[in-house]
Amino acid sequence: MMSEFLSVLESNWGRLVTAFSIHVQVALIAVLLGSLIAIPLGIILTRCPRMGKKVIAVLSVLQTVPSMVMFGLLLPFTGIGRPTAIVVLTLYSILPILRNTYTGISDVADSYVDAARGMGMSGRQVLCRVELPIALPVIVTGIRISSVYIISWATVATIVGGGGLGDIIFIGVARNNHAMILMGAIPASLLAITTSFIIGRIAKAVTPRGLRRERAR
Amino acid sequence: MVVFENISKSFGNNVVIQNLSLNIKRGQFAVLIGPSGCGKTTSLRMINRLIEPTMGTILVDDQDISKVNPVDLRRQIGYVIQQIGLFPNMTIEQNIEVVPKLLGWPKEKRRERVRELLEMVGMNPLQYCNRYPSELSGGQQQRVGVLRALAVSPPLLLMDEPFGALDPITRETLQDEIKKLQTDLGITIVFVTHDIDEAVKLADVIILMKDGKIVQAAPPEELLSNPAGDFVREFIGKKRLHVNYDVDLVREIMNSKIFTVTKSKGFAESIALMRQRNVDSLIVTDDDGRLEGVIPVEALRDVAGKKMINTIGELEPAKVPTINLNAQAREAFDTILSEKLPYLIVVDSKNRVRGLVTKTSLVKALAGVVWGENADDE
Repeated sequence: MMSEFLSVLESNWGRLVTAFSIHVQVALIAVLLGSLIAIPLGIILTRCPRMGKKVIAVLSVLQTVPSMVMFGLLLPFTGIGRPTAIVVLTLYSILPILRNTYTGISDVADSYVDAARGMGMSGRQVLCRVELPIALPVIVTGIRISSVYIISWATVATIVGGGGLGDIIFIGVARNNHAMILMGAIPASLLAITTSFIIGRIAKAVTPRGLRRERAR
Repeated sequence: MVVFENISKSFGNNVVIQNLSLNIKRGQFAVLIGPSGCGKTTSLRMINRLIEPTMGTILVDDQDISKVNPVDLRRQIGYVIQQIGLFPNMTIEQNIEVVPKLLGWPKEKRRERVRELLEMVGMNPLQYCNRYPSELSGGQQQRVGVLRALAVSPPLLLMDEPFGALDPITRETLQDEIKKLQTDLGITIVFVTHDIDEAVKLADVIILMKDGKIVQAAPPEELLSNPAGDFVREFIGKKRLHVNYDVDLVREIMNSKIFTVTKSKGFAESIALMRQRNVDSLIVTDDDGRLEGVIPVEALRDVAGKKMINTIGELEPAKVPTINLNAQAREAFDTILSEKLPYLIVVDSKNRVRGLVTKTSLVKALAGVVWGENADDE
């Protein structure tokens, strides 16, 4: 088994490297675009909380539509290829980031906002100097959750020609080649775990020192 | 300094302020007081336009504030809230320089001002500038909250139950400090509280409110000696239920809700407890409740950085004056006043800690003498 795996790995190394880099690119673009949409939208929603709850409820329902179905729905419009994959994955990356941005900012204690306004900060200053710094760890955690989802769902993107590690897994399935399946699955899992770890570290680093729980001496 | 002209405020159909007129003079310490829902906080928040009145005009420094940009207005008025509201993501220094920064002060001037302010309340700038609010006790945090509000020397300071969440000893100290600052700096303070003792202690003028209207606005002495009607009498008299003024023993005026630790208490746990209860010093007892001494928070901090401490017993508590619970109350007050103590620990004949006499106890007992007869006439 092991030797078979190694020989498959050796003969397909070039293909694996290409698939891996495409996978990373697709996921990265999707999460970046998702963040660019979700963070501003989340901030806007905190300014009109009644709308915010509704929007998040609607998006939560949409999120439950299986990605397979979503790929199918979009195919007639965007055709086969990487753009379709990126569009769908971007849509899926939005919700976790949006929800965390919204709750992160909404959960900033009223007393901080009250003090900030009472001292004469404008709406934007309250947002940039108080609300966002305090909510940042929560927002980054949203990006982390999103990234892990997207890395795993990107494997499915192969059915619309998205490329990536999904290609290798599906070829393996088609040929009933277990070594090939593993060659796609293991790097995908490792990628998800590593990304989660790295972004977790970032979340910790952006937590203002005053907000980190002091360890009892 | 602050003038309300026929101010009304309603939220929907709910009228919270009714046709209220008020004139707070420059340099006055004005205390708004009343039962919850009387409109005292709403009135305060209308002064810096956090709430807009439905009708009427408010003048600050002879200027109609509805014509001033609210952001500019607020930068000219100090604001302190009960929850303190120090920004947890900023250091003490950054917190204090928020308004100077908003006003575009140069860095050097800001630094200097922060140091000057910290020194004014006896906090060492070198020690505190780079700390975060979560690393300070409740009392120190609110001290910084007040400094932050004073950063650009505003002539007017608004305080919304600023000492409500603090323990009695710390509250006393901060009350003294704010009164002194107000007198020294000659600023006008509008202060909201629901504690009549605090009002009597601090105010030049007490404005007692009920259902969105002023019931009586008068200096404390006048309010106590000449209450306008049953509500005022009842409001200032309510406190009598808690304390029996008709007496003169320490046990009858002391505050028995105190917080002590034994020597075997864990060091970290004690610090956590102090933070949780907002107290600035630990009263240490042995297992039978006998007084060992007091450890101020500064001593804990000094020692914490230097060596490993497991239990409170490893520290040397400071000896403090005490008084027997069956002693004359007058004796307790004389000691507090003559030795300028913030408080006096009450012990029984076996040196067990039983309570605490503070300046508030003193105010309460004196007030009881002033209006005691009035209420008894009913």
